[in-house]
Amino acid sequence: MANSATTPSAAEAELAVQARQAAESSTGYWAGVWKRVRRDPVTIFCASILLLMLLAIVFAPLIAPHDPYQGSMLRRLRAIGTPNYVLGTDELGRDMLTRLLYGGRLSWFMGITPVALAFVIGTVLGVLAGYTGGKTNMAIMRVTDVFYAFPSVLLAVAISGALGAGIMNAILALTLVFIPPIIRVAETVTTGVRNLDFVDAARASGANAFTIVRVHVLGNVLGPIFVYATSLISVSMILASGLSFLGLGTKPPEPEWGLMLNTLRTAIYVQPWVAVLPGACIFITSICFNLVSDGLRQAMDVKG
Amino acid sequence: MFFYLIRRIAYGIPIALAVGFVCFMLVQIAPGDPINAIVPPDAPGDVVEQVRRDYGLDKPLPVQFGLWLLKVVQGDLGRSLASGRPVWSDLSSAIGNTLMLATCASLLGFILGCLLGGLAGTFRGSWIDRAAVTLAVGGVSVPHYWLGMVMVVIFSVQLNWLPAMGAGPGGSADWAWDWEHIKHLVLPTVTLCVIPMGIVTRTVRGIVAEIMNQEFVTALRGKGLTRGGVFLHVVKNAAPTALAVMGLQLGYLMGGSILVETVFSWPGTGLLLNNAIFQRDLPVLQGTILVLAMFFVILNLLVDLMQTALDPRIKRG
Repeated sequence: MANSATTPSAAEAELAVQARQAAESSTGYWAGVWKRVRRDPVTIFCASILLLMLLAIVFAPLIAPHDPYQGSMLRRLRAIGTPNYVLGTDELGRDMLTRLLYGGRLSWFMGITPVALAFVIGTVLGVLAGYTGGKTNMAIMRVTDVFYAFPSVLLAVAISGALGAGIMNAILALTLVFIPPIIRVAETVTTGVRNLDFVDAARASGANAFTIVRVHVLGNVLGPIFVYATSLISVSMILASGLSFLGLGTKPPEPEWGLMLNTLRTAIYVQPWVAVLPGACIFITSICFNLVSDGLRQAMDVKG
Repeated sequence: MFFYLIRRIAYGIPIALAVGFVCFMLVQIAPGDPINAIVPPDAPGDVVEQVRRDYGLDKPLPVQFGLWLLKVVQGDLGRSLASGRPVWSDLSSAIGNTLMLATCASLLGFILGCLLGGLAGTFRGSWIDRAAVTLAVGGVSVPHYWLGMVMVVIFSVQLNWLPAMGAGPGGSADWAWDWEHIKHLVLPTVTLCVIPMGIVTRTVRGIVAEIMNQEFVTALRGKGLTRGGVFLHVVKNAAPTALAVMGLQLGYLMGGSILVETVFSWPGTGLLLNNAIFQRDLPVLQGTILVLAMFFVILNLLVDLMQTALDPRIKRG
């Protein structure tokens, strides 16, 4: 046995081959996913729109033709197609195109942050519940049940209504709304993986719980949880802008699509098509996220 | 079945208690002293202290929760800060309006969803299927408060066919089943129905497609059963799930109609909540959310029981 450190035994060589195969098959998996996504024109189209939007809002200061806060009483509520103000002006005479570009920053931030936070927290709690089972599972899942007893819009409105208006309060409220469904999905897939043979094998070979979860469980459950989380972004965008629409998220004069929709509501008799523009932005973003999530789900072959 | 009924109800009680606790905590997480939710901010100091003792707000939190719960069970939801009236008096009329709007919207959404989903599932891969799926995705992705505004722009501002606001002529909140009132119901109902329509379409399409692929359908066809006969069997198999989905949607719409009610100034719980948020009227906020959430809990229970009763394949005991 003295030379086992330098010359690998047959069993170790076999393991190395298996590991290499596993690594190859895992890159093969992602290559397969990418190949399937590439052949899906709807997903590619929607992803391109989202990418363009992201670039537009990130580089808003460079491409926006006007100042988002600078209004003028002389040019209030101009129609779409006014020279120099392509998408018209709002109720305070500010350029709509500029405000839509800047508004996307807060709308995207407030829509995606809650899902990202809930993804992290929900995965940790869900995997913990699914892997440990027993009393921990009971405790986590019963608390989750309570939050399921509220319709999601109502819960978001309740929490941010009690906390008061503010971007951080809205994000906190939405995060709390999305944690329970992610916990449920994470718990379900983890329970499914926990009893598979390779986890038993890892346990028998003496791996500790942390290693098993990190290597064997997370590798198999993160995909489905991630796909589920992406499907929540669409709802989150609608709800985040909805909270601002109710006056619970951003405060004026900050540009944000939901808030813009709210302040322009009084203008629907004067410039109806200018007034509904911010909502169209929310709709396009939301439907694109939905379709990309559907495409991902199919490409990754996640059931449910 | 009987034991299942008992067990399911017994399971609902701790959930209802916990929901009550969350609603109780809403006032506690609000910034500032919870006493501000009861007395107006300009009340003199000794009055504030008197009220604090009367309401038991000087006692520890669990005791406060118990006292609050005792009042709620007796139907006392506190008084509105803005109007001074008991919360329940405003809430009871608003709930009726919201229930009517949500029922109409989920019925319409259910009918449209079953039609679209059934057609899509039967003719999978056809243009009907693609159109139905597109409509369904659009329905669940559209910000409905925006859809409401677009509806108002088209049907009220441009065409001047339907009223844009309120539940009756002259802003009256009393409902009657005449054309003047029904006209007010059309736009909010159509706006709100797109969500259940999208979800029911997706569900029904999936179930129908799955059932059509099953051997018993092939066997029925082989036996010489007409299209209508096969259709009956498909409906019988799809109905429990579709009805359950619709039942839950009704609950979601009850709680989720706040945005649409705000757009149309519909005098329901949503508008009540919106005003409560605007005026920071915490008792109204708390009471409305408690009642809506309890409604959702009970609805969940009923849907569960109905599904068990309708579908002999589900054996729970």
